[in-house]
Amino acid sequence: MIGILASVIDGVLVGSVYGLAAMGLTLIWGVMNVINLAHGAIIVLGMFVLYLVATALGLPPYGAIPITIALGFALGVALYWIAVHRMIGRPALMSLLSTFAVNMVLIGLGTALWTTSPYNVPVAMPGVAWQGYTFTGTHIMAAALAALIAALLYLLLYRTRIGKAIRAVANNREGAELSGIPTSRILSLAFGLGVALAGVSGTLIATLFPFTILSGEAYQLKSFVVTVLGGLGNPAGALIGGVALGLIEGLATPFMPVSWIPIVEFGLFVLCLIAFPHGIFALKRS
Amino acid sequence: MTALLTLVGLGKSFGGLRAVQDLNLTLNEGEILGLIGPNGAGKSTVFNLINGIYPPDSGRILLEGRDITREPPYQVARHGLARAHQIVQPLLGLSVLDNCTVGACFGRENLPLHRAQDVAREVADSVGLGNRLDTLASALTTAGKKRLELARALSSRPRVLLLDEVLAGLNPTETEGMIQTVRRIREGGVAILMIEHIMRAIMSLSDRIVVLNVGRKLAEGTPHEVANNPDVIAAYLGDAQLMANVENSG
Amino acid sequence: MWRRPFPWLIIGAALLYAFVPYFTNDVQLRESLLLAAVYIILASNLNLMIGYAGYVNFGNIVFFGLGGYICLYLVSDFQWPLILAALIGGVAVSALALLFGLGILRLRGAFFALATIGVNAAIQQVITNFEPWGGATGIYLALDAYAPLGGPMQALWTSYLLIVALTAASLLASYVVRNSKFGLGLIAIGQNEDAAAVLGVPTPLYKALIYSASAFLPAMAGGLYFFKSGIIEPTGAFNLQTSIEAIVMVMLGGSGTILGPTLGAFLYEELRGYLLIAEAFSHFQLVIAGALLLLIVLFVPGGLLGFIHRRWPRTRRWLE
Repeated sequence: MIGILASVIDGVLVGSVYGLAAMGLTLIWGVMNVINLAHGAIIVLGMFVLYLVATALGLPPYGAIPITIALGFALGVALYWIAVHRMIGRPALMSLLSTFAVNMVLIGLGTALWTTSPYNVPVAMPGVAWQGYTFTGTHIMAAALAALIAALLYLLLYRTRIGKAIRAVANNREGAELSGIPTSRILSLAFGLGVALAGVSGTLIATLFPFTILSGEAYQLKSFVVTVLGGLGNPAGALIGGVALGLIEGLATPFMPVSWIPIVEFGLFVLCLIAFPHGIFALKRS
Repeated sequence: MTALLTLVGLGKSFGGLRAVQDLNLTLNEGEILGLIGPNGAGKSTVFNLINGIYPPDSGRILLEGRDITREPPYQVARHGLARAHQIVQPLLGLSVLDNCTVGACFGRENLPLHRAQDVAREVADSVGLGNRLDTLASALTTAGKKRLELARALSSRPRVLLLDEVLAGLNPTETEGMIQTVRRIREGGVAILMIEHIMRAIMSLSDRIVVLNVGRKLAEGTPHEVANNPDVIAAYLGDAQLMANVENSG
Repeated sequence: MWRRPFPWLIIGAALLYAFVPYFTNDVQLRESLLLAAVYIILASNLNLMIGYAGYVNFGNIVFFGLGGYICLYLVSDFQWPLILAALIGGVAVSALALLFGLGILRLRGAFFALATIGVNAAIQQVITNFEPWGGATGIYLALDAYAPLGGPMQALWTSYLLIVALTAASLLASYVVRNSKFGLGLIAIGQNEDAAAVLGVPTPLYKALIYSASAFLPAMAGGLYFFKSGIIEPTGAFNLQTSIEAIVMVMLGGSGTILGPTLGAFLYEELRGYLLIAEAFSHFQLVIAGALLLLIVLFVPGGLLGFIHRRWPRTRRWLE
């Protein structure tokens, strides 16, 4: 019993990082109605930033976080202008294909650079012992950092002018344009933010588990499950959804082999989409 | 007078907002029924409920006696109800002919492809698009797209046609042309329920008018009766120009 | 339909395609044409989803792999004749697709796309753990499996001819659907699903039907292809990369057209030929394919045929 509880708590910790990843995805969707199929690739790139910073450069691992945020943001803005800008307003198929194409390019380059071998970045963090179980320090740290970044995002969105502009564009692009907001630039910023969030979640995940260039797929699927649980365009819902998913994983892990968990998640994903097309915590969109 | 479309106690809420409340309405054969009301009165919601975009919370919708309350849009179309939208939705990559053929194929008569194309040609011609059958919908002007929207709806040979602000954005000549077209449609045996803000037009076109306000029916009657109804006047009081239009056509 | 020249052109081309290598007994030619034929089958059937109905089936390879498994299982464990086994594979996969389709086709856009990737991954995972089908090692065909067809050499030719027949069938199917009421409804869905529904197109049914239909020929092709290879195992059968390449081929040649996927398949194969110099370049294959896809989507979304149609509008009539 305690074992299951420990697994669940651990799941919740890891889940908050899933939530962070999903926030990036759902932000982009909510603001510009584009589903970023390069999401998984960017998570993986975030993982490799940790590797490069900690192992190749020998810097303290958590120092990779601001680096990833900065790089991710820059990459996101660039990707917006390259692959997304012309797709806005076109049929959804187009942005799906263009972001998917970006995904292919990123994974292809990554494979050429780093091959498909597993990488691991050992991060030393004192754990917390409880009832004979130790909660790994990295898990606790990752959850704390995820919560911090989420809080910062909230502040950005709700307490700054840029955040207000983003929300205005998300709500009604034409109206925002008429109010003098440079909507394309705001969209690029929002995309940059979404990518930064995805990237930094990858960096955090890399402090927890080993990874390969192909790990992105599984985390992209998790992000989609979370986004569906929490409602598209709803960052707070994404965080809650992430924690919920982590919880479900925590409950499932003692009972089934690891390789089956993505299948359970996929099943959950499809079921949720069919039962709750607008997410469980959906914002009412007319 | 046979009732073609009947709404009984129709209600719909979105979250806390009651968009439509306890609405009773009848559209009779050969009739043009105008649906007016200030912005936010729930008119578009009523249309969405009728053609199945979302289900009502309460009440029933009957089309020629058949209960279509929870039917999805394609079944409603199959049963003989077509809709021309306020924000036109042409199938941009298809030609005018193909757009109308879709309507003819999948509408009430469920025609095979070649017969549907013949019907489509006829209908497109009747709204003045006969010489542009092969033009891609994306290449039409706004007025052209509006006519296509109408032609497409008519191609399905409906018994009931929902017209959602088909006069919006047209210049005076185009408006007059559209008014004539609507009359011709009625003469062709199609009953029409139309939402319109251009008072002059709807007052002259409609046999009867229903006025909605904040989701409820405020008044019902001939255009003259409605225009002189003090409650209606009060509801529109905020819009002086609109009132002037109402008074001028009453 | 048989009064128009186009179907006869397809049949004529298919006959040439089939019998030139056969009568010259050119094995190398056969092998490269066979690969191209398989890609054309995948791309053409995928086009029914992408180009007509507007739904991107990212995991389309699952039909191919599953069809392959069913066929090989029936041939190796029950000694069924090849054509029957491949046919059953096709029917079974279509039926499954119909079932799955009714569920996942309620999803729009990216969700559907992801669901198809998920279906592919899930089925791959299930089969990897499924011992009767060889688990992770897969199914090997013993040489005597080829005996009913007159031995391995003859069997390879027979498989080739059958695959070419399937290719012709795929193109003919695209043509028939395109010029039918069903096809018009699908294209309406692809243009604007909500508007199509309001016009009376029975969207859930049509989507499920085309999804199921787009599974049939690839499933049969999978049966024949893996029979010819003599072995099927999970990683090769459900290779997502091949799935993605099929998408690139459709977009490259021109989605929604009949010849587009064929052109795209040939062009892409040529391109790959240049790149496949060393194993090391296989990673760049993905980069090139991705960059190509991006360029197409950004600048020439109609693909090669779309470009030709815009530049020379009269070609619209005869170059479908």
